[in-house]
Amino acid sequence: MKITFDWLKDHLNTNLKEEKLLEQLTNVGLEVESIENLSSGLDLFKVAKIIKTEKHPNADRLKVCDVDIGEIELKKVVCGAPNAKEGLITIYAPPGAIVPKSKVKLVVTKIRNVTSYGMLCSESELNLSDESEGIIELKTSKYQKSIGKSYFSKSNSNLIDLSITPNRPDCLGVRGIARDLAAAGFGKMKDIKQKKINSKTKQSIKVKINKEKGQGCLSFGSCLIANVKNTESPKWLKDKLVSIGQKPISAIVDITNYVMLDINRPLHAYDADKIDRGITVRNSKYGEEFTALDNKNYKLDEGMCVISDNKGVLGLGGIIGGTRSGTEFNTKNILLESAYFDPRSIRSTSKKLNLDTDAKFRFERGIDPLSIESGLNKAALLIKEICGGEISKIDIQKIETYKIKIIKFDPNLFKKITGFKISNKEMLKILEDLGFKIKKENKYLKLTIPSWRPDISQEIDIIEELVRISGYDKIKTIDPIKERTKSTLTKFQKLFHFLQRAIASKGYLEAITWSFTDSNYNDHFRGTNKEIKIVNPISSELGVLRNSIFSNLIMYMNKNLDRGFKDLSIFEIGPIFTGSNPGEQNIVVCGLSAGKKSRLSWIDEERNVDVFDAKKDVIQTLIEAGFNSDKFFIDSETPNYYHPGKSGRLFLNRGKEQVAAYFGEIHPNILKKIDIKSESIVGFEIFLDNLKLPNKTLNNQKTKFTFSDYQKSERDFAFIVNKDVNAQELINAISSVDQNLISNIKVFDVYEGENIPENQKSIAISVTIQSQEKTLNDSDLDNINNLIIKTVENKTGAKIRS
Amino acid sequence: MSDIKNIRDQFISKLNNNLSIDEINNIKTELFGKNGLISLQFKNISSIVEDDRKKFASDLNKIKDELQNLIIDKINKIELTKINEKLEKEKTDVTLPERSFVRGKIHPVSQTIDEISSIFSEIGFSVEEGPDVENEYNNFTALNTPDNHPARDMHDTFYLDETKETLLRTHTSPVQIRTMLKDKPPFKIIAPGRTYRSDSDQTHAPMFHQVEGLCIDKDINMGHLKGCLNYFIKEFFEVEKIKMRFRPSHFPFTEPSAEVDIGYEIKDGKIIIGEGNQWLEILGCGMVHPNVLKNVKVDPSKFQGYAFGIGIDRLAMLKYGINDLRSFFDCDYRWLNHFGFDPLDVPTNYRGLSR
Repeated sequence: MKITFDWLKDHLNTNLKEEKLLEQLTNVGLEVESIENLSSGLDLFKVAKIIKTEKHPNADRLKVCDVDIGEIELKKVVCGAPNAKEGLITIYAPPGAIVPKSKVKLVVTKIRNVTSYGMLCSESELNLSDESEGIIELKTSKYQKSIGKSYFSKSNSNLIDLSITPNRPDCLGVRGIARDLAAAGFGKMKDIKQKKINSKTKQSIKVKINKEKGQGCLSFGSCLIANVKNTESPKWLKDKLVSIGQKPISAIVDITNYVMLDINRPLHAYDADKIDRGITVRNSKYGEEFTALDNKNYKLDEGMCVISDNKGVLGLGGIIGGTRSGTEFNTKNILLESAYFDPRSIRSTSKKLNLDTDAKFRFERGIDPLSIESGLNKAALLIKEICGGEISKIDIQKIETYKIKIIKFDPNLFKKITGFKISNKEMLKILEDLGFKIKKENKYLKLTIPSWRPDISQEIDIIEELVRISGYDKIKTIDPIKERTKSTLTKFQKLFHFLQRAIASKGYLEAITWSFTDSNYNDHFRGTNKEIKIVNPISSELGVLRNSIFSNLIMYMNKNLDRGFKDLSIFEIGPIFTGSNPGEQNIVVCGLSAGKKSRLSWIDEERNVDVFDAKKDVIQTLIEAGFNSDKFFIDSETPNYYHPGKSGRLFLNRGKEQVAAYFGEIHPNILKKIDIKSESIVGFEIFLDNLKLPNKTLNNQKTKFTFSDYQKSERDFAFIVNKDVNAQELINAISSVDQNLISNIKVFDVYEGENIPENQKSIAISVTIQSQEKTLNDSDLDNINNLIIKTVENKTGAKIRS
Repeated sequence: MSDIKNIRDQFISKLNNNLSIDEINNIKTELFGKNGLISLQFKNISSIVEDDRKKFASDLNKIKDELQNLIIDKINKIELTKINEKLEKEKTDVTLPERSFVRGKIHPVSQTIDEISSIFSEIGFSVEEGPDVENEYNNFTALNTPDNHPARDMHDTFYLDETKETLLRTHTSPVQIRTMLKDKPPFKIIAPGRTYRSDSDQTHAPMFHQVEGLCIDKDINMGHLKGCLNYFIKEFFEVEKIKMRFRPSHFPFTEPSAEVDIGYEIKDGKIIIGEGNQWLEILGCGMVHPNVLKNVKVDPSKFQGYAFGIGIDRLAMLKYGINDLRSFFDCDYRWLNHFGFDPLDVPTNYRGLSR
């Protein structure tokens, strides 16, 4: 909502300076978004006369004009307007002036080798109208004597842009804003006695509101103004509209706009001669069409509120009029409409048609239903004053009468909600100033809500009014008590934070990427999940919810590789989606590493990152998070986006209930398709929702401390097994021999090739044997050695290597 | 006596030669081995006449100590020389690079969420969460924003079905609804998380982060709200004093509603929070609307309280001097490295938010 201080003063008597008042606007909840000094620099624009025009030597369409700007010297200006001719009085802008429309600052410039000092302006460039064909032609009779003078009258008024919240339609009119300021004690509302139409002529165009289901028009007021002469608006009216950045069009249009801006009463003017046999306000039929004033053709659905005549739709009630009945400069008879439309109906129609207009904006927030007559009075009388004509009586059709709303308000509630007290006297004054009618009833106040406040319907709304006007700065600051009765985080949330930092501590940079992704990328990592489309994505590249974090991560990894980084690890912890219903999502930690370890190291041997790097990060992280690695179970079944031979799946225990994590190389086909250039790409996913939370707290994780001081001995074994036997099978076999004696098992070599039969491999394992009860003697050790060999051979088909 | 004196003199002079460790060890055996010269003398003690025995034993012990010390001394010296010789050769250029290491980082948004949680934890808030996909009811209707409400226009919503039943939550406020439906009052929660709106330009991202706050009890008024936010802002920006302004605003789910601005100024191109004459809007808040309480079966005549919503990304930008919101989600290695935090820098109450 744009206003000026001057306009505000039409409704408010105040001693406050503009600057102070601006502060107060924000304090009562009418936030000042911006202040723009429109007139600054406008005085540079001067009335000027073209003395001579010559064709530009280097351009057919340009002219070089000698312009009289009231100084001794004429200015040379290059101008492209076809209407630039000798003797024309127009508006000249010197170098340094800022063109209001384009905000471009003019400079002395050479146009095709001819120096131009300034510019001759079109109406559009000055935001006076949309007229951009040619430069402004001022009437010689009127401006002959003004040459050299500023075209715009001086005004120091700033353009104040207020952000009006959707609950305050009343403040979409200047008077409403003045009312709030007056209530807050920053002036006094001017009592404007609106003159009434005094006519004996009946409004002769019949208006009917159809009583049908969902009728969006509840009341339709109108009057006829005959024999008008539509003209340019007088200067005061033009200035007013220009002062808030609007373009004057014609007196009739300007007046309806002015009344709307002044008291938030939208009106519509019809060319009465174009209405065929009366007006019917009705629901639209499916497929009806009309051309609106925005010159677009609209095809209507069923049940939209239309103003129609015998020929069809004239306009969409409260949203936009049609071209067929629009007023023009030669319009003679006007039907002026002032109606009340139901906000819900307005909203649903404009949503369906994707149509946004000033009138719609106001009606959907709620117009004062009791302003129908005052709007007609104000506008009709102005039209008569400016355009002449005879006004008819006002005709009002309605299908529903406005019911006044009354609230029983308990003044004690104010302190209960706000924490501070204001006196009854102050309370009453604020409410009265805001337009409430008050009746005391015991300890309650019976409040009649002003008709222009559709937002007020219960006691809490009254409290808002009172605290807003008396000032939020009066609210005391009550310091919070530092007391905690409930733990801040749940176990799951703690695990989330732990895993996040555990992964980061292993050299991964945390990324946060969109929850949606490109379906092409998503498809690579979707697995067996179904695709979840966004109906209205901002772009097709962000069209689906991600089924895996890999889709985004690998895309960004690729971008980073393109930036020239070779070895990096990134991760994200966040949701993936398994369905389109609330809750069909899981939290996943997903990491991705590219390139090599120890690249270009003078001391360590460089190598590609591989599946065991990913495995290490997963296992170390899970162990750090408190999961028991003795129970981990790993196999090689992984989704199809992993390398089928170099990836693994981890369960927290042998029960294989839910997959805790996947890790491994990304499938080479995918890498090829997305054209990622790196020696190696490995990744992992840990599924938080599948991790059975360690239910032990740190203190009961610490069991009784026991250890053995008896001598331990390490024995090495080398087994030859078939290639398809997993190392884990050997380890399991060994640990099953005697859990009390075998304290550690470590694979220290895997070998295939020379000396080993084809399809077989050698696995070397070091076993630590220690008793809790005694020092083992040689025969004890021999026994257990033999047992180990026998068990492994039996269980896995391995042979001890001699 | 002369025997042992001879042994002494003889071996002292032997030991004073330039000997190797092995040679010294041989001498040691020669003297103190099972049948060593000194060892034999000790065996002899009992055969010495009683009168001389005491003195003999005493002399023998002296000589034994003397020789032993000399041997230890000699060995130490040689070993020391050896170490010194070795050290001479073992010079490394320590200016060569160390073994490579990589540093992981925590994203500034995650760090900020942890900071926020830590601050609110101290005044008794616990953390709640809700799903990213919400139904229309929780996101709007239950929050007193019916379908025909113009306030819905302020939220450009991503929908997941044509009937607009499911959507990506446009704010964290539906967590209020979920929390209150699930439990009984009092409530004192914050809910950080991802939120989504379908606009995208330099200052808007289609995904961003909010933290919701909700405090409902029997006697919670606007003074508590002001105090809570004042405390939070001071703690978050780690300043003693903060210039803060509450101004009336409108949200369908709170009444009265307020927006909160903090004072700032630009000094040497850097934003200084808490001083200055400029105002910066950082959050919206208010007293939970009675309609919302009714929707979640909380009796508004018995319970009341406040709610607030803060843009986390915005806070992080202000605190850490990040200019571009979009860069948060661009995953640029250089940016993550620059603005990320060491994983060991966990914001906690006792050690403070930052170093």
